[in-house]
Amino acid sequence: MTYEGWILLTACLVGISCGMVGCFLIVRRMTMLADAISHSVLLGIVLAFLVANSLNGIYMLIGATVIGLVTTFAIQSLHNSGVQEDASIGIVFTTFFAIGVILISLFARDVHLDVEHALMGEIAFIPWNTYTVFGIEIPKATGMLLCISLFATLVILLFYKELKLTSFDAALAVTLGVPVALIHYLLMGLVSITAVGSFDAVGAVLVVSMLVVPGSCAYLMTDRLSVMLLYSCLFGAASAIFGYYGALLLDASISGSMSAAGGILFLLTWFFSPRYGLLRRYRTMKTS
Amino acid sequence: MEALNVKDLQVAYDRKAVLEQVELSIPKGSLTAIVGPNGAGKSTLIKAILGMLKRSSGQISILGKPYSPKNRNVGYVPQRGSVDWDFPTNALDVILMGRYGHIGWFKRPSKQDIMLAKEALHKLGMADYADRQIRQLSGGQQQRIFLARALVQDAEVYFMDEPFVGVDAKTEKAIIDLLRELKHKGKTVIVVHHDLQTVLEYFDHTLLLNRTVIANGPTEQVFTKDLLQKTYGGTLAFFSPTGDKRVMS
Repeated sequence: MTYEGWILLTACLVGISCGMVGCFLIVRRMTMLADAISHSVLLGIVLAFLVANSLNGIYMLIGATVIGLVTTFAIQSLHNSGVQEDASIGIVFTTFFAIGVILISLFARDVHLDVEHALMGEIAFIPWNTYTVFGIEIPKATGMLLCISLFATLVILLFYKELKLTSFDAALAVTLGVPVALIHYLLMGLVSITAVGSFDAVGAVLVVSMLVVPGSCAYLMTDRLSVMLLYSCLFGAASAIFGYYGALLLDASISGSMSAAGGILFLLTWFFSPRYGLLRRYRTMKTS
Repeated sequence: MEALNVKDLQVAYDRKAVLEQVELSIPKGSLTAIVGPNGAGKSTLIKAILGMLKRSSGQISILGKPYSPKNRNVGYVPQRGSVDWDFPTNALDVILMGRYGHIGWFKRPSKQDIMLAKEALHKLGMADYADRQIRQLSGGQQQRIFLARALVQDAEVYFMDEPFVGVDAKTEKAIIDLLRELKHKGKTVIVVHHDLQTVLEYFDHTLLLNRTVIANGPTEQVFTKDLLQKTYGGTLAFFSPTGDKRVMS
Protein backbone atom coordinates (compact mmCIF):
# COMPACT_ATOMS: atom_id res chain seq x y z
CA MET A 1 0.00 0.00 0.00
CA THR A 2 1.11 3.57 -0.64
CA TYR A 3 2.32 5.98 2.00
CA GLU A 4 -0.91 7.90 1.66
CA GLY A 5 -2.99 4.73 1.91
CA TRP A 6 -1.40 3.74 5.22
CA ILE A 7 -1.97 7.17 6.70
CA LEU A 8 -5.62 7.19 5.63
CA LEU A 9 -6.15 3.67 6.98
CA THR A 10 -4.50 4.53 10.30
CA ALA A 11 -6.50 7.74 10.63
CA CYS A 12 -9.76 5.93 9.84
CA LEU A 13 -8.98 3.28 12.45
CA VAL A 14 -8.41 6.03 15.02
CA GLY A 15 -11.77 7.56 14.07
CA ILE A 16 -13.60 4.25 14.16
CA SER A 17 -12.19 2.86 17.43
CA CYS A 18 -12.48 6.17 19.28
CA GLY A 19 -15.90 6.87 17.79
CA MET A 20 -17.26 3.53 18.93
CA VAL A 21 -15.94 3.68 22.49
CA GLY A 22 -16.72 7.40 22.78
CA CYS A 23 -20.46 6.75 22.26
CA PHE A 24 -20.68 5.08 25.64
CA LEU A 25 -18.87 7.99 27.32
CA ILE A 26 -21.43 10.36 25.81
CA VAL A 27 -24.54 8.45 26.85
CA ARG A 28 -23.04 8.02 30.32
CA ARG A 29 -22.28 11.76 30.46
CA MET A 30 -18.67 11.17 31.32
CA THR A 31 -16.74 12.64 28.41
CA MET A 32 -14.50 14.46 30.92
CA LEU A 33 -13.13 11.02 31.80
CA ALA A 34 -11.92 10.69 28.20
CA ASP A 35 -9.86 13.80 28.77
CA ALA A 36 -8.48 12.39 32.00
CA ILE A 37 -7.63 8.94 30.68
CA SER A 38 -6.11 10.14 27.42
CA HIS A 39 -3.66 12.30 29.37
CA SER A 40 -2.73 9.94 32.17
CA VAL A 41 -2.15 7.19 29.60
CA LEU A 42 1.15 9.01 28.94
CA LEU A 43 2.32 8.00 32.41
CA GLY A 44 1.43 4.39 31.60
CA ILE A 45 3.45 4.49 28.40
CA VAL A 46 6.50 5.97 30.12
CA LEU A 47 6.30 3.54 33.04
CA ALA A 48 5.96 0.62 30.62
CA PHE A 49 9.01 1.89 28.75
CA LEU A 50 11.04 2.25 31.96
CA VAL A 51 10.08 -1.21 33.23
CA ALA A 52 10.37 -3.16 29.97
CA ASN A 53 12.96 -0.87 28.34
CA SER A 54 11.14 -1.16 25.04
CA LEU A 55 8.55 0.73 23.03
CA ASN A 56 6.85 -2.52 22.08
CA GLY A 57 3.10 -2.09 21.63
CA ILE A 58 2.09 -4.80 24.07
CA TYR A 59 3.95 -3.25 27.02
CA MET A 60 2.48 0.13 26.19
CA LEU A 61 -1.02 -1.33 26.07
CA ILE A 62 -0.60 -3.03 29.43
CA GLY A 63 0.94 0.05 31.05
CA ALA A 64 -1.74 2.33 29.64
CA THR A 65 -4.62 0.06 30.63
CA VAL A 66 -3.33 -0.24 34.19
CA ILE A 67 -2.83 3.51 34.55
CA GLY A 68 -6.20 4.19 32.86
CA LEU A 69 -7.95 2.02 35.43
CA VAL A 70 -5.92 3.53 38.29
CA THR A 71 -6.99 6.98 37.05
CA THR A 72 -10.66 6.01 37.02
CA PHE A 73 -10.34 4.45 40.44
CA ALA A 74 -8.46 7.43 41.91
CA ILE A 75 -11.06 9.88 40.57
CA GLN A 76 -13.86 7.76 41.99
CA SER A 77 -12.15 7.48 45.40
CA LEU A 78 -11.50 11.23 45.64
CA HIS A 79 -15.09 11.89 44.65
CA ASN A 80 -16.41 9.43 47.23
CA SER A 81 -14.36 11.10 49.92
CA GLY A 82 -16.12 14.40 49.28
CA VAL A 83 -14.18 16.18 46.48
CA GLN A 84 -16.38 17.42 43.62
CA GLU A 85 -16.28 15.14 40.62
CA ASP A 86 -14.91 17.63 38.09
CA ALA A 87 -12.27 18.75 40.59
CA SER A 88 -11.22 15.14 41.23
CA ILE A 89 -10.84 14.60 37.48
CA GLY A 90 -8.73 17.74 37.18
CA ILE A 91 -6.52 16.82 40.13
CA VAL A 92 -5.87 13.22 39.15
CA PHE A 93 -5.11 13.47 35.46
CA THR A 94 -2.95 16.59 35.59
CA THR A 95 -0.88 15.00 38.36
CA PHE A 96 -0.45 11.75 36.44
CA PHE A 97 0.32 13.58 33.22
CA ALA A 98 2.86 15.78 35.00
CA ILE A 99 4.61 12.75 36.49
CA GLY A 100 4.73 11.29 32.97
CA VAL A 101 6.29 14.49 31.61
CA ILE A 102 8.90 14.57 34.41
CA LEU A 103 9.79 10.92 33.84
CA ILE A 104 10.23 11.50 30.10
CA SER A 105 12.50 14.47 30.66
CA LEU A 106 14.53 12.54 33.26
CA PHE A 107 14.93 9.09 31.76
CA ALA A 108 13.66 8.84 28.25
CA ARG A 109 15.21 11.84 26.53
CA ASP A 110 17.09 9.86 23.93
CA VAL A 111 14.30 7.65 22.68
CA HIS A 112 11.35 8.10 20.43
CA LEU A 113 9.28 9.70 23.20
CA ASP A 114 9.05 13.40 23.65
CA VAL A 115 6.47 15.67 25.15
CA GLU A 116 5.46 17.42 21.96
CA HIS A 117 4.98 14.10 20.23
CA ALA A 118 2.93 12.84 23.16
CA LEU A 119 0.65 15.87 23.04
CA MET A 120 0.18 16.22 19.30
CA GLY A 121 1.14 12.85 17.80
CA GLU A 122 2.65 12.65 14.34
CA ILE A 123 0.74 10.48 11.96
CA ALA A 124 3.06 11.39 9.07
CA PHE A 125 5.87 9.31 10.63
CA ILE A 126 3.76 6.21 11.14
CA PRO A 127 4.25 4.52 7.73
CA TRP A 128 8.07 4.45 8.24
CA ASN A 129 8.03 2.32 11.37
CA THR A 130 6.94 -1.10 10.14
CA TYR A 131 7.03 -4.82 10.82
CA THR A 132 6.14 -7.76 8.64
CA VAL A 133 3.02 -9.81 9.36
CA PHE A 134 2.12 -12.76 7.11
CA GLY A 135 4.54 -11.44 4.51
CA ILE A 136 2.93 -8.00 4.45
CA GLU A 137 4.90 -5.03 5.65
CA ILE A 138 2.58 -2.92 7.78
CA PRO A 139 3.23 0.07 10.04
CA LYS A 140 3.39 -0.92 13.72
CA ALA A 141 0.88 1.70 14.84
CA THR A 142 -1.60 0.61 12.17
CA GLY A 143 -1.30 -3.04 13.19
CA MET A 144 -1.89 -2.17 16.82
CA LEU A 145 -4.90 0.02 15.97
CA LEU A 146 -6.34 -2.75 13.84
CA CYS A 147 -6.11 -5.17 16.78
CA ILE A 148 -7.57 -2.59 19.18
CA SER A 149 -10.47 -1.80 16.85
CA LEU A 150 -11.30 -5.49 16.44
CA PHE A 151 -11.01 -6.06 20.19
CA ALA A 152 -13.22 -3.07 21.01
CA THR A 153 -15.83 -4.23 18.48
CA LEU A 154 -15.79 -7.73 19.96
CA VAL A 155 -16.15 -6.48 23.55
CA ILE A 156 -19.00 -4.14 22.60
CA LEU A 157 -20.81 -6.91 20.70
CA LEU A 158 -20.40 -9.38 23.57
CA PHE A 159 -21.37 -6.98 26.36
CA TYR A 160 -23.73 -4.71 24.42
CA LYS A 161 -26.75 -5.43 26.65
CA GLU A 162 -24.82 -4.89 29.84
CA LEU A 163 -23.10 -1.72 28.58
CA LYS A 164 -26.44 -0.29 27.51
CA LEU A 165 -28.30 -1.20 30.68
CA THR A 166 -25.62 0.06 33.08
CA SER A 167 -25.42 3.30 31.07
CA PHE A 168 -29.17 3.90 31.16
CA ASP A 169 -30.21 2.60 34.56
CA ALA A 170 -27.47 1.34 36.83
CA ALA A 171 -29.91 0.81 39.71
CA LEU A 172 -31.99 -1.66 37.70
CA ALA A 173 -28.79 -3.36 36.57
CA VAL A 174 -27.86 -3.96 40.21
CA THR A 175 -31.19 -5.66 40.95
CA LEU A 176 -30.79 -7.81 37.82
CA GLY A 177 -27.41 -9.02 39.07
CA VAL A 178 -25.33 -7.24 36.39
CA PRO A 179 -21.86 -6.43 37.82
CA VAL A 180 -22.13 -2.67 37.32
CA ALA A 181 -18.65 -1.79 38.61
CA LEU A 182 -17.00 -4.47 36.49
CA ILE A 183 -18.73 -3.24 33.32
CA HIS A 184 -17.66 0.32 34.20
CA TYR A 185 -14.02 -0.69 34.49
CA LEU A 186 -14.29 -2.78 31.32
CA LEU A 187 -15.38 0.36 29.48
CA MET A 188 -12.61 2.42 31.08
CA GLY A 189 -10.14 -0.27 30.00
CA LEU A 190 -11.43 0.08 26.43
CA VAL A 191 -11.05 3.86 26.59
CA SER A 192 -7.48 3.41 27.81
CA ILE A 193 -6.42 1.03 25.05
CA THR A 194 -8.07 3.08 22.29
CA ALA A 195 -6.39 6.18 23.69
CA VAL A 196 -2.97 4.51 23.69
CA GLY A 197 -3.54 3.05 20.21
CA SER A 198 -4.39 6.50 18.87
CA PHE A 199 -1.58 8.18 20.81
CA ASP A 200 1.09 7.83 18.13
CA ALA A 201 -1.23 9.10 15.47
CA VAL A 202 -2.98 12.04 17.08
CA GLY A 203 -1.53 12.52 20.59
CA ALA A 204 -3.11 13.04 23.98
CA VAL A 205 -4.96 16.27 23.26
CA LEU A 206 -6.57 15.46 19.95
CA VAL A 207 -7.55 11.93 20.89
CA VAL A 208 -10.10 13.58 23.17
CA SER A 209 -11.74 15.16 20.15
CA MET A 210 -11.82 11.78 18.40
CA LEU A 211 -13.41 10.21 21.48
CA VAL A 212 -16.04 12.91 21.91
CA VAL A 213 -16.89 14.55 18.58
CA PRO A 214 -17.98 11.61 16.33
CA GLY A 215 -20.23 10.28 19.09
CA SER A 216 -21.72 13.73 19.67
CA CYS A 217 -22.58 13.99 15.97
CA ALA A 218 -24.11 10.52 16.03
CA TYR A 219 -26.13 11.39 19.14
CA LEU A 220 -27.92 14.08 17.12
CA MET A 221 -28.78 11.67 14.32
CA THR A 222 -30.68 8.81 15.91
CA ASP A 223 -32.73 7.43 18.80
CA ARG A 224 -31.10 4.01 18.80
CA LEU A 225 -27.85 3.28 20.59
CA SER A 226 -26.86 0.62 18.05
CA VAL A 227 -27.40 3.02 15.13
CA MET A 228 -25.55 5.72 17.07
CA LEU A 229 -22.52 3.41 17.28
CA LEU A 230 -22.55 2.90 13.49
CA TYR A 231 -22.97 6.61 12.75
CA SER A 232 -20.19 7.40 15.19
CA CYS A 233 -17.78 5.11 13.32
CA LEU A 234 -18.79 6.78 10.05
CA PHE A 235 -18.29 10.27 11.46
CA GLY A 236 -14.94 9.20 12.93
CA ALA A 237 -13.74 7.84 9.57
CA ALA A 238 -15.13 10.87 7.74
CA SER A 239 -13.24 13.30 10.00
CA ALA A 240 -10.09 11.28 9.35
CA ILE A 241 -10.47 11.37 5.56
CA PHE A 242 -11.58 15.02 5.27
CA GLY A 243 -8.91 15.96 7.80
CA TYR A 244 -6.16 14.29 5.80
CA TYR A 245 -7.07 15.98 2.52
CA GLY A 246 -7.63 19.25 4.33
CA ALA A 247 -4.11 19.00 5.70
CA LEU A 248 -2.72 18.34 2.20
CA LEU A 249 -4.60 21.31 0.82
CA LEU A 250 -3.47 23.68 3.55
CA ASP A 251 -0.07 22.04 4.10
CA ALA A 252 -0.95 21.84 7.81
CA SER A 253 -0.79 19.33 10.67
CA ILE A 254 -2.74 16.16 9.82
CA SER A 255 -3.96 15.44 13.33
CA GLY A 256 -5.01 19.08 13.78
CA SER A 257 -6.95 19.00 10.52
CA MET A 258 -8.65 15.75 11.52
CA SER A 259 -9.96 17.32 14.72
CA ALA A 260 -10.96 20.47 12.89
CA ALA A 261 -12.82 18.37 10.30
CA GLY A 262 -14.62 16.66 13.20
CA GLY A 263 -15.60 20.07 14.57
CA ILE A 264 -16.95 21.18 11.18
CA LEU A 265 -18.89 17.92 10.78
CA PHE A 266 -20.38 18.49 14.22
CA LEU A 267 -21.50 22.01 13.31
CA LEU A 268 -23.11 20.72 10.12
CA THR A 269 -24.90 17.92 11.99
CA TRP A 270 -25.99 20.31 14.69
CA PHE A 271 -27.64 22.51 12.05
CA PHE A 272 -28.90 19.99 9.54
CA SER A 273 -29.47 16.68 11.35
CA PRO A 274 -32.84 15.34 10.15
CA ARG A 275 -33.51 14.19 13.71
CA TYR A 276 -32.27 16.76 16.23
CA GLY A 277 -30.77 19.45 14.01
CA LEU A 278 -31.43 23.13 14.69
CA LEU A 279 -33.28 23.58 11.37
CA ARG A 280 -35.56 20.66 12.06
CA ARG A 281 -36.32 21.91 15.57
CA TYR A 282 -36.97 25.40 14.22
CA ARG A 283 -39.37 24.00 11.62
CA THR A 284 -41.32 21.84 14.07
CA MET A 285 -41.57 24.82 16.40
CA LYS A 286 -43.08 26.89 13.58
CA THR A 287 -45.58 24.26 12.52
CA SER A 288 -46.71 23.35 16.00
CA MET B 1 -45.06 -16.46 54.76
CA GLU B 2 -43.01 -13.28 54.67
CA ALA B 3 -42.17 -11.65 51.37
CA LEU B 4 -39.52 -9.46 52.96
CA ASN B 5 -37.71 -9.63 56.26
CA VAL B 6 -35.17 -7.05 57.36
CA LYS B 7 -33.08 -7.40 60.51
CA ASP B 8 -30.91 -4.75 62.15
CA LEU B 9 -30.50 -2.58 59.04
CA GLN B 10 -28.30 0.50 59.39
CA VAL B 11 -27.34 2.91 56.64
CA ALA B 12 -25.06 5.93 56.96
CA TYR B 13 -24.08 8.75 54.57
CA ASP B 14 -20.81 10.44 55.46
CA ARG B 15 -20.90 8.70 58.84
CA LYS B 16 -24.28 10.25 59.62
CA ALA B 17 -26.90 7.60 60.26
CA VAL B 18 -29.81 7.79 57.80
CA LEU B 19 -31.52 4.59 58.85
CA GLU B 20 -31.08 3.02 62.26
CA GLN B 21 -32.11 -0.33 63.66
CA VAL B 22 -34.66 -1.07 60.99
CA GLU B 23 -36.48 -4.32 61.70
CA LEU B 24 -39.47 -5.20 59.60
CA SER B 25 -41.36 -7.89 57.83
CA ILE B 26 -43.87 -7.60 55.03
CA PRO B 27 -46.42 -10.38 54.45
CA LYS B 28 -46.51 -12.18 51.11
CA GLY B 29 -49.29 -11.07 48.79
CA SER B 30 -49.67 -7.64 50.36
CA LEU B 31 -49.82 -4.20 48.77
CA THR B 32 -47.59 -2.28 51.14
CA ALA B 33 -47.09 1.47 51.36
CA ILE B 34 -43.93 2.93 52.85
CA VAL B 35 -44.98 6.29 54.27
CA GLY B 36 -42.98 8.99 56.00
CA PRO B 37 -41.87 12.63 55.76
CA ASN B 38 -39.21 13.91 53.35
CA GLY B 39 -35.79 12.77 54.45
CA ALA B 40 -37.23 9.85 56.42
CA GLY B 41 -35.14 7.45 54.34
CA LYS B 42 -37.91 5.79 52.31
CA SER B 43 -35.99 5.53 49.04
CA THR B 44 -32.83 4.80 50.99
CA LEU B 45 -34.57 1.87 52.63
CA ILE B 46 -35.45 0.31 49.26
CA LYS B 47 -32.02 0.99 47.80
CA ALA B 48 -30.26 -0.45 50.83
CA ILE B 49 -32.44 -3.56 50.77
CA LEU B 50 -31.66 -4.13 47.07
CA GLY B 51 -27.93 -3.49 47.47
CA MET B 52 -27.69 -0.21 45.54
CA LEU B 53 -26.47 1.50 48.68
CA LYS B 54 -23.96 0.17 51.12
CA ARG B 55 -25.40 -1.10 54.41
CA SER B 56 -23.46 -0.62 57.63
CA SER B 57 -25.23 -3.72 58.90
CA GLY B 58 -28.35 -5.76 58.27
CA GLN B 59 -29.71 -9.05 56.97
CA ILE B 60 -32.25 -9.06 54.18
CA SER B 61 -34.33 -12.05 53.22
CA ILE B 62 -36.82 -12.29 50.41
CA LEU B 63 -39.39 -15.11 50.58
CA GLY B 64 -37.39 -16.81 53.31
CA LYS B 65 -34.03 -16.79 51.49
CA PRO B 66 -31.14 -14.32 51.85
CA TYR B 67 -31.56 -11.70 49.13
CA SER B 68 -29.50 -12.18 45.99
CA PRO B 69 -30.14 -10.72 42.53
CA LYS B 70 -29.36 -14.19 41.18
CA ASN B 71 -32.66 -15.52 42.56
CA ARG B 72 -34.44 -13.22 40.07
CA ASN B 73 -37.43 -12.85 42.36
CA VAL B 74 -37.28 -9.08 42.79
CA GLY B 75 -38.55 -6.36 40.46
CA TYR B 76 -37.66 -2.70 40.80
CA VAL B 77 -39.22 0.55 39.59
CA PRO B 78 -36.89 3.51 40.23
CA GLN B 79 -37.96 7.11 40.63
CA ARG B 80 -38.67 8.63 37.26
CA GLY B 81 -36.03 11.31 37.73
CA SER B 82 -33.25 8.78 38.27
CA VAL B 83 -32.57 8.03 34.62
CA ASP B 84 -31.52 10.06 31.59
CA TRP B 85 -34.60 10.39 29.37
CA ASP B 86 -32.46 11.70 26.50
CA PHE B 87 -30.82 8.28 26.22
CA PRO B 88 -30.98 7.01 22.62
CA THR B 89 -33.60 4.35 23.16
CA ASN B 90 -37.32 3.83 22.62
CA ALA B 91 -40.19 2.62 24.80
CA LEU B 92 -40.09 -1.02 23.70
CA ASP B 93 -36.34 -1.17 24.18
CA VAL B 94 -36.58 0.12 27.76
CA ILE B 95 -39.16 -2.54 28.58
CA LEU B 96 -36.92 -5.21 27.07
CA MET B 97 -34.24 -4.20 29.58
CA GLY B 98 -36.43 -5.82 32.24
CA ARG B 99 -35.74 -9.14 30.49
CA TYR B 100 -31.94 -8.81 30.60
CA GLY B 101 -31.69 -10.79 33.83
CA HIS B 102 -33.50 -13.72 32.21
CA ILE B 103 -31.67 -13.49 28.89
CA GLY B 104 -28.21 -13.98 30.40
CA TRP B 105 -24.73 -13.12 29.13
CA PHE B 106 -23.78 -12.90 25.44
CA LYS B 107 -27.33 -13.47 24.18
CA ARG B 108 -29.78 -11.20 22.41
CA PRO B 109 -33.44 -10.85 23.38
CA SER B 110 -35.43 -13.71 21.83
CA LYS B 111 -38.71 -13.43 19.94
CA GLN B 112 -40.44 -14.46 23.15
CA ASP B 113 -38.76 -11.65 25.11
CA ILE B 114 -39.92 -9.15 22.50
CA MET B 115 -43.42 -10.61 22.59
CA LEU B 116 -43.55 -10.29 26.38
CA ALA B 117 -42.40 -6.67 26.15
CA LYS B 118 -45.07 -5.90 23.55
CA GLU B 119 -47.73 -7.51 25.71
CA ALA B 120 -46.67 -5.38 28.67
CA LEU B 121 -46.83 -2.24 26.48
CA HIS B 122 -50.29 -3.20 25.38
CA LYS B 123 -51.42 -3.92 28.91
CA LEU B 124 -50.47 -0.44 30.04
CA GLY B 125 -52.21 1.18 27.10
CA MET B 126 -48.95 2.14 25.40
CA ALA B 127 -49.09 -0.11 22.32
CA ASP B 128 -48.95 2.89 19.95
CA TYR B 129 -45.78 4.25 21.52
CA ALA B 130 -43.37 1.32 21.07
CA ASP B 131 -41.04 3.23 18.72
CA ARG B 132 -41.22 6.56 20.53
CA GLN B 133 -38.00 8.01 21.92
CA ILE B 134 -38.58 8.10 25.66
CA ARG B 135 -38.13 11.89 26.08
CA GLN B 136 -41.14 12.35 23.82
CA LEU B 137 -43.46 10.56 26.25
CA SER B 138 -45.44 12.37 28.94
CA GLY B 139 -44.53 11.87 32.60
CA GLY B 140 -47.38 9.43 33.06
CA GLN B 141 -46.38 7.48 29.96
CA GLN B 142 -42.77 7.31 31.16
CA GLN B 143 -43.99 5.91 34.46
CA ARG B 144 -46.09 3.31 32.65
CA ILE B 145 -43.01 2.25 30.67
CA PHE B 146 -41.19 1.68 33.95
CA LEU B 147 -44.09 -0.41 35.24
CA ALA B 148 -44.23 -2.44 32.04
CA ARG B 149 -40.51 -3.06 32.46
CA ALA B 150 -41.04 -4.30 36.02
CA LEU B 151 -43.84 -6.54 34.77
CA VAL B 152 -41.63 -8.36 32.26
CA GLN B 153 -39.08 -9.00 35.01
CA ASP B 154 -41.61 -11.59 36.13
CA ALA B 155 -40.70 -11.17 39.80
CA GLU B 156 -42.36 -12.24 43.04
CA VAL B 157 -41.67 -9.14 45.10
CA TYR B 158 -41.82 -5.66 43.53
CA PHE B 159 -40.25 -2.53 44.95
CA MET B 160 -41.51 0.76 43.51
CA ASP B 161 -40.12 4.18 44.36
CA GLU B 162 -42.85 6.86 44.18
CA PRO B 163 -44.63 5.53 41.08
CA PHE B 164 -47.56 7.92 41.56
CA VAL B 165 -45.53 11.13 41.58
CA GLY B 166 -46.43 13.60 38.83
CA VAL B 167 -48.70 11.28 36.85
CA ASP B 168 -52.09 12.04 35.32
CA ALA B 169 -55.33 10.49 36.61
CA LYS B 170 -55.41 7.95 33.77
CA THR B 171 -51.94 6.69 34.64
CA GLU B 172 -52.73 6.60 38.34
CA LYS B 173 -55.71 4.37 37.56
CA ALA B 174 -53.60 2.16 35.24
CA ILE B 175 -50.97 1.78 37.96
CA ILE B 176 -53.38 0.90 40.75
CA ASP B 177 -55.19 -1.60 38.51
CA LEU B 178 -51.87 -3.22 37.77
CA LEU B 179 -50.87 -3.34 41.45
CA ARG B 180 -54.17 -5.03 42.29
CA GLU B 181 -53.72 -7.51 39.51
CA LEU B 182 -50.23 -8.36 40.78
CA LYS B 183 -51.63 -8.84 44.28
CA HIS B 184 -54.36 -11.06 42.86
CA LYS B 185 -51.64 -13.24 41.33
CA GLY B 186 -50.05 -13.65 44.75
CA LYS B 187 -47.22 -11.17 44.16
CA THR B 188 -46.08 -8.71 46.79
CA VAL B 189 -45.78 -5.01 45.96
CA ILE B 190 -43.93 -2.56 48.20
CA VAL B 191 -44.42 1.08 47.24
CA VAL B 192 -42.83 4.27 48.52
CA HIS B 193 -45.89 6.48 48.70
CA HIS B 194 -46.23 10.19 49.39
CA ASP B 195 -49.95 10.77 49.08
CA LEU B 196 -51.55 10.22 52.49
CA GLN B 197 -55.04 10.62 51.00
CA THR B 198 -54.88 7.40 49.04
CA VAL B 199 -53.06 5.12 51.49
CA LEU B 200 -56.22 3.64 53.01
CA GLU B 201 -57.82 3.13 49.62
CA TYR B 202 -54.84 1.58 47.82
CA PHE B 203 -52.81 -0.37 50.37
CA ASP B 204 -53.67 -3.17 52.78
CA HIS B 205 -50.35 -3.00 54.63
CA THR B 206 -48.47 0.11 55.74
CA LEU B 207 -45.01 0.82 57.05
CA LEU B 208 -44.51 4.16 58.78
CA LEU B 209 -40.89 5.21 58.57
CA ASN B 210 -38.86 8.06 59.95
CA ARG B 211 -35.21 6.98 60.06
CA THR B 212 -36.44 3.86 61.82
CA VAL B 213 -39.68 1.90 61.74
CA ILE B 214 -42.43 3.78 63.62
CA ALA B 215 -45.15 1.24 62.89
CA ASN B 216 -45.69 -1.67 60.54
CA GLY B 217 -48.93 -3.60 60.09
CA PRO B 218 -52.33 -3.76 58.40
CA THR B 219 -53.19 -0.28 57.13
CA GLU B 220 -56.34 0.17 59.22
CA GLN B 221 -54.35 -0.52 62.40
CA VAL B 222 -51.30 1.55 61.50
CA PHE B 223 -52.80 4.50 59.66
CA THR B 224 -54.00 6.32 62.75
CA LYS B 225 -53.68 9.96 63.78
CA ASP B 226 -51.43 9.13 66.71
CA LEU B 227 -48.98 7.03 64.75
CA LEU B 228 -48.95 9.45 61.81
CA GLN B 229 -48.21 12.31 64.16
CA LYS B 230 -45.42 10.27 65.69
CA THR B 231 -44.04 9.66 62.20
CA TYR B 232 -44.29 13.20 60.88
CA GLY B 233 -43.77 15.04 64.16
CA GLY B 234 -44.76 18.69 64.57
CA THR B 235 -47.52 19.90 62.29
CA LEU B 236 -49.21 17.59 59.91
CA ALA B 237 -51.94 18.37 57.47
CA PHE B 238 -54.03 15.30 57.90
CA PHE B 239 -56.46 14.17 55.31
CA SER B 240 -59.15 11.95 56.74
CA PRO B 241 -60.59 9.29 54.46
CA THR B 242 -63.79 11.33 54.16
CA GLY B 243 -61.82 14.20 52.74
CA ASP B 244 -62.13 16.93 55.37
CA LYS B 245 -58.80 18.48 56.08
CA ARG B 246 -57.69 19.11 59.63
CA VAL B 247 -54.42 20.41 60.89
CA MET B 248 -52.97 18.65 63.87
CA SER B 249 -50.19 20.14 65.89
